[in-house]
Amino acid sequence: MGEILARYDFVGAFWLTIQLSFWSALGALMIGTVLAVLRVSPVPVLRLLGTAYVNLIRNTPLTLLMVSSILGLSLILGLRLSNDVKTDAFLWAIVMLSVYHAAFVCEALRSGVNTIPAGQAEAARAIGLTFNQSLTEVLLPQAFRGSIAPLGSTLIALIKNSTVASVIGVSEAAGLMATIVENETGGVPVFFVFALGFVVLTLPLGVLFTSLSRRLAVKR
Amino acid sequence: MSFKKIGAIVAAAALALSLSACGGGSSTNLQALKIGIKFDQPGLGLNEGGKFTGFDVDVATYIAGKLGTTAEKITFIQAPSAQRETLIDTGQVDLVVATYSITDARKEKVSFAGPYFIAGQDLLIRADDTSITGPDALAGKTLCSVTGSTSAQKVKEKYPDVQLREFGTYSECVGALLAKGVDALTTDDTILAGYAAQAANVGKLKVVGQPFSTENYGVGLKKGNLELCNKVTDAIKAMISDGSWQKFVDANLGPAGYKPGEGNPPTPAACS
Repeated sequence: MGEILARYDFVGAFWLTIQLSFWSALGALMIGTVLAVLRVSPVPVLRLLGTAYVNLIRNTPLTLLMVSSILGLSLILGLRLSNDVKTDAFLWAIVMLSVYHAAFVCEALRSGVNTIPAGQAEAARAIGLTFNQSLTEVLLPQAFRGSIAPLGSTLIALIKNSTVASVIGVSEAAGLMATIVENETGGVPVFFVFALGFVVLTLPLGVLFTSLSRRLAVKR
Repeated sequence: MSFKKIGAIVAAAALALSLSACGGGSSTNLQALKIGIKFDQPGLGLNEGGKFTGFDVDVATYIAGKLGTTAEKITFIQAPSAQRETLIDTGQVDLVVATYSITDARKEKVSFAGPYFIAGQDLLIRADDTSITGPDALAGKTLCSVTGSTSAQKVKEKYPDVQLREFGTYSECVGALLAKGVDALTTDDTILAGYAAQAANVGKLKVVGQPFSTENYGVGLKKGNLELCNKVTDAIKAMISDGSWQKFVDANLGPAGYKPGEGNPPTPAACS
């Protein structure tokens, strides 16, 4: 097993997984925050928009989104993100991972908003803060702190879901595993080593987020 | 839960695992063979609502017939590329007839009878495309293949300046090819011919016919089972000499205008 791994760029593949996860997490957090704001806004049309996005994207399989990004958007509609085929696939993978997980980030944040007693929002409006001010000064900071744990779970799910990017040819960890299985025949040890790689990535994150959620919890 | 209880559960699970690992040791029932085939490869091994069609299926049925299993007694089991060795090793299948190339790395895990067919890596292009005449005319073109496959690796190694799109399955590559998103699809010519022969694609796609590698398809079976290997080898020889082999090729890959490449029909090697 050791000499098999020595012949392949194991570290490089996991590095690509980390890059993919990092940029997608950033994208998902940004889109997700906007969505959460839409879903708690006082304007019915915006709320409807947010709800529609979450229900549509959350209930679509990620593989489907991934493949349709390349087959539909990049190849048929010609929305190339890069002239290089590899970079194009990589960027589309980031876009689709962001778009997909934004729905989960939005729901995590919204649950965070729901933990805030209604009296606080009413108090914020009563002292004359606008919707924007009460959102950025009162609601969102508490919502983020209250939803650290579900956000952590979403991040861990995102890291593992990044393996789906191999279906459009991004040679991250799962792509390398496919190559090794093809050349060296499949076996439990190969799968085990890759599973271990993901555990190494996600286990410390889980511990970190649990401790963060405890330290940052809003004491009421 | 106490540690003792957890320990007992772990031990029970380990026992169950070791038992299932041994389960494959029983001798092969030649009257009811379990054969691993591809379920998603038109022209080779395809599951059309419980009805199995393709070259590999015909070959498997013929071999099973010679070994003593009638067509209706065969159990076909899906054998995706990544699971073929495990399926054989654990005894879940007796034979694998699934575009299974004989390689040294695989010979360490399983035994092969055959080859029963010699395929080669080739290109599938749109029928109206005249710019691609062979692997040397690929400069500036975009190719498509499956992530991690031997064909994809070979293209990267031999033609580094060709752009290579990779998908999870060949069907997605065919879609991209028809939509003019890529210029060619590359893998074994048999698989390509299978797609070109599909009713929906007839006349729209063609195989270039300039193979640039050799893939020896063999029948995979449990490592060291010489008796079974010899029987399968005899069946393959009989299939080639009595004309069935040619019949199967014509029936499954013929509609694409495909002619088997050089070295076909092959002479099966002796079992070892």
